[in-house]
Amino acid sequence: MARLDLRGLAKSFAATTVLHGIDLALADGEMVVIVGASGCGKSTLLRLVAGLESPTAGRVLLDGTDITDTDPSRRDIAMVFQNYALYPHMTVFGNMEYGLKLRGLPRAEIARRVDEAAALLGLGPLLDRRPRQLSGGQRQRVAMGRAIVRNPKLFLFDEPLSNLDARLRVQVRADIRRLQRRLGVTSLYVTHDQTEAMTLADRLVVMHEGRVAQIASPVEVFDRPADTYVAGFIGDPAMNFCPGQLAEGGTVAALVAGARIPLPEGRRAVPDGTRILLGIRPQHALPAATPTGLAMTVELIEPLGSETLLHGRLADDTSFALRIAGPPGPLAEGIALPVHLPPEQLHVFDAATGLRLDAPPRSGAAPVSGQH
Amino acid sequence: MERRTLFPGRALPAFLVLPQLAITALFFLFPAWRAFVESVRAVNGFGLNARFVGLANFAALLGSGTYRATVLRTLLYCTAVTALAMAGGLVLAVFADREIKGRAIYRALLILPYAIAPAIASVIFVFLLQPEIGLLTGVLKQAGIDWNYVLHGGQALGLVILVGAWKQVAYNFIFYLAGLQSIPRTLIEAAALDGARGWYRFRTMLWPLLLPTTLFLLVVNTVYAAFDTFALIFALTGGGPGTATETMVVKVYRDGIINLDLGGSAAQSVILMALIVALTVLQFRYAGGRERT
Ligand SMILES: Nc1ncnc2c1ncn2[C@@H]1O[C@H](COP(=O)(O)OP(=O)(O)OP(=O)(O)O)[C@@H](O)[C@H]1O
Ligand SMILES: [Mg+2]
Repeated sequence: MARLDLRGLAKSFAATTVLHGIDLALADGEMVVIVGASGCGKSTLLRLVAGLESPTAGRVLLDGTDITDTDPSRRDIAMVFQNYALYPHMTVFGNMEYGLKLRGLPRAEIARRVDEAAALLGLGPLLDRRPRQLSGGQRQRVAMGRAIVRNPKLFLFDEPLSNLDARLRVQVRADIRRLQRRLGVTSLYVTHDQTEAMTLADRLVVMHEGRVAQIASPVEVFDRPADTYVAGFIGDPAMNFCPGQLAEGGTVAALVAGARIPLPEGRRAVPDGTRILLGIRPQHALPAATPTGLAMTVELIEPLGSETLLHGRLADDTSFALRIAGPPGPLAEGIALPVHLPPEQLHVFDAATGLRLDAPPRSGAAPVSGQH
Repeated sequence: MERRTLFPGRALPAFLVLPQLAITALFFLFPAWRAFVESVRAVNGFGLNARFVGLANFAALLGSGTYRATVLRTLLYCTAVTALAMAGGLVLAVFADREIKGRAIYRALLILPYAIAPAIASVIFVFLLQPEIGLLTGVLKQAGIDWNYVLHGGQALGLVILVGAWKQVAYNFIFYLAGLQSIPRTLIEAAALDGARGWYRFRTMLWPLLLPTTLFLLVVNTVYAAFDTFALIFALTGGGPGTATETMVVKVYRDGIINLDLGGSAAQSVILMALIVALTVLQFRYAGGRERT
């Protein structure tokens, strides 16, 4: 158990800069999930923490000690790799005791700890098997077991579930969460699967092209995304963005599609006429019975059983999706569907910078900050 | 993945393999048959007539102390060359596997000795170590070593072992480097995070994972040391001084061509052939196994 501090961590490979100064602090026992598109530098960040790569700039602190230049073998960090990296020439028991033998623990103590971890993960009957005699799920558990027997200061997970089938993934995801809570080990978990990220994280780090786009709780990231990238990345189906500009003292969005949409929360600290993107999630926009000034031409209807997904375009050709409960009913492709945008579900972003534009907090209300 | 090309009928395939079969017959089957015939005959002192003597040539060989000494010497030679060449190849491969500057050049240079003909390799070492004018001889003399492999049997044996190993290091280097590079990086990284370093990491991770390569190389190197070093030894020492560097293949040549004991030499050849067959079977076991995986 430990605190982890990353200070201005940057990494370049030759001419390409992969990470541009990452600042991140993990509290003792916290599970922080890093999520981002493929190639945004998640694995690189994890490898820097593990010491498998050395940073171009910045420091890594574990419990206040600077470990930036410490060899990985002396960091007391355990990592679960995407391909598990089990030692093929050793049994499951051998894999799990490897790190313990190196620490010079007495045999009895090693056996006790391996048995305990094996029991926790249901690996008891498999201890004499070799990795190639195991299924993918079993291998994953051995990799977990190898990490937890050592009782390290920090767990690192690099997409540990991506090689499992969908059903198993859901189950193991829950197992990992339970285990992590129970052991209370500070963990840094990398994934590009947002469901995994949302369900596992105490706090979520959304990365975008080597930068941190937002660090916040999963709920906050979903409810108050810091910029258009986060807003579009988190949430499925992705958020709709309608271009427009601020009007009437920042209380109304005048959309290019024609409608004037009232905004909640009062005036924003940017002048009228500022070009904005008005965001709303497909499940928050509502079909209206009467014309609202905003209409979507339905192009595709996807019935998903308990709900229906409508894809279409607004008057200005912006694509727009809408998720409604139940079956499509009388809706048909080609019709113009009036759409209502509830003010409390709207997100306003600066079109130029992509950053969230919130009204300044009224006195008494909690301060809001998208970005730490 | 295996690629097969199928030729129709029987005539064309037969025609296509004919040249190879002819070469095999002319340069292997015929001499082998001659060796076998000679090995059961004795030729009188004037080379005028030969008579059938059964296994007498073999009996004489096995009863002879010098032949037994040659077999032991060959064993020592093979062991030393194999051990040195494999250890050398492994050490260099482990270093070349790291991320270093100029890696491509370094690797190319290491592979070079393999491309040199055995006789040339010997000449290079003669330049270096010739008792009177060798480039290194002076240095050795100054260090107080009476270097003269033409006189001292031990030094001569050491030299042919050294040159034999030197030539084979490149081959082992290539295979070990390929072996190391086929070990997934993450395995080594996982071991490092588990706390393994240096020698321990090598002993518990790299070495066991290289075991198939090692077994394969063990057979190949033994075959090399036993049979392929003839040209090299012959050019360096000719088997001498005395019999100090006379391995089994060298003795076949000396007894048969120089001393004209055709029967005894032929019997030795037959024994060597039996050895080659045994080693080849072993080699195909491992080489074949590698290709299938
Ligand atoms: N050793 C390296 N040399 C050069 N470039 C590298 C190296 N390792 C990673 N990169 C580059 O750094 C970028 C980030 O890679 P990284 O593996 O961290 O991405 P990731 O976020 O983990 O992606 P994924 O979700 O696909 O695993 C990529 O563009 C990659 O090409
Ligand atoms: Mg990755």
